Amino acid sequence: MLHFIYACDLHYYPLLQSTMFQDRARQFKDRLGWNVDVDAKGWERDQYDDLNPLYVILSSDGRHAGSMRLLPTTGPTMVNDYFHRLLPDGPLHSAHIWECTRFCLAPGQGTAAASALQLAGGYLMKRFGVDHLVGVFDKLMTRIYRGIGASPQILGNSEGICAGLWGFDASQFEELSVRSGITEADVKRWFSASLAAMGKGNAARP
Amino acid sequence: MAKQLETFLERLDQANNQADLQASAEDLRTILKVDHVVYHWVSTTGEQYGCGTYAPDWVQRYIEKDYIRTDPVVLGCYQRFHPVDWKRLDWSTKSARDFRREAIEYGVGNQGFSIPIRGPKGQFALFTVSHNCEDAVWAKFAEDHHRDLILIAHGFNQKALEFEGAAQSGPKQSLSPRETDAMTLLAVGYSRAQVAQSLAISEHTLRVYIESARFKLGAMNTTHAVARAMSQGHIVV
Repeated sequence: MLHFIYACDLHYYPLLQSTMFQDRARQFKDRLGWNVDVDAKGWERDQYDDLNPLYVILSSDGRHAGSMRLLPTTGPTMVNDYFHRLLPDGPLHSAHIWECTRFCLAPGQGTAAASALQLAGGYLMKRFGVDHLVGVFDKLMTRIYRGIGASPQILGNSEGICAGLWGFDASQFEELSVRSGITEADVKRWFSASLAAMGKGNAARP
Repeated sequence: MAKQLETFLERLDQANNQADLQASAEDLRTILKVDHVVYHWVSTTGEQYGCGTYAPDWVQRYIEKDYIRTDPVVLGCYQRFHPVDWKRLDWSTKSARDFRREAIEYGVGNQGFSIPIRGPKGQFALFTVSHNCEDAVWAKFAEDHHRDLILIAHGFNQKALEFEGAAQSGPKQSLSPRETDAMTLLAVGYSRAQVAQSLAISEHTLRVYIESARFKLGAMNTTHAVARAMSQGHIVV
């Protein structure tokens, strides 16, 4: 199941929350060796988690299976604040571009989970008039992105870190559906459920 | 309508003050053929202002009753960033239902579509169109126009940001990575010697970075440049 949860509502989903931040620590600190902070709880969090981002989270038995973090580029974003060296043409600020960072898969998850997240991203883009997602990612992820047919346009590349731009067109839904075993209708239903639960903390808990 | 909206956006871009924004909101209402267009902004310091076509007595009533605390549109949009049809919001509480009934009495309309906007450094704004019609008609309107509305919402916000920064004027240029690093370290209290050492450059080279950053920021001196770099969101400390 997919969940669409703003940071301010995340505490209503304690297991999903803790497993997501723990899996992020595993992926970004342990596996990729990024210089990120992991707190006493074993959670990897940064200052952008404090800006009330929208998380897209794939769950399995109530636990985190994969996730990504979205922020509008009209406000502060990681790529503009810290990675301008990856943006040769200057900072990206647009109502039609959201930043997608911390794309993370739980141990043991693969193409199906990645495709589900991609599908969710595509759905949000279509629904909210977003033309592109921009993201900062480890070069090692390019293989995974290629594997799910979602290779970004690389904007810049430095020391193994890349900035890339993803577009999305409706023709991708079908293939992503096959790979993830999830339909666009599922995503729509889950999004509506998440939306209805927003800020209430009573409905649609995992 | 596409052509009209294009012309509208061009005119909006020429707006010089809040009165122009108000006129733009009124224009837009005619173009979109909706009952109301409202733009409401909360600055980083909590200052609020807005423009729009709601009846003045409704605006007054809203402020008097401090409805900003009960309005489901504000509660649902604040700190979020996805556009929302009012029907999707939580109107289940009694205070929300009472508020809605009253809003309709004052001519706000039974339908609405709001776009929250997040600007740099915690600025927040809300752009809304509202109307009186059946659900299906409104759903079609929102479907057909949500892209345009997002663009327009950001057009208003761009202007508001421009007005807020008007006192500081000058073209806004982005700082290079080295300039940003230098400004960031200065902002956290490093001396020039320490900054140069941290960045592994000579103090002479550092001076070049500081000088170019100062120029880009339109600042009078280094302290002023650091302050502007922070207030304009070039650096985060």
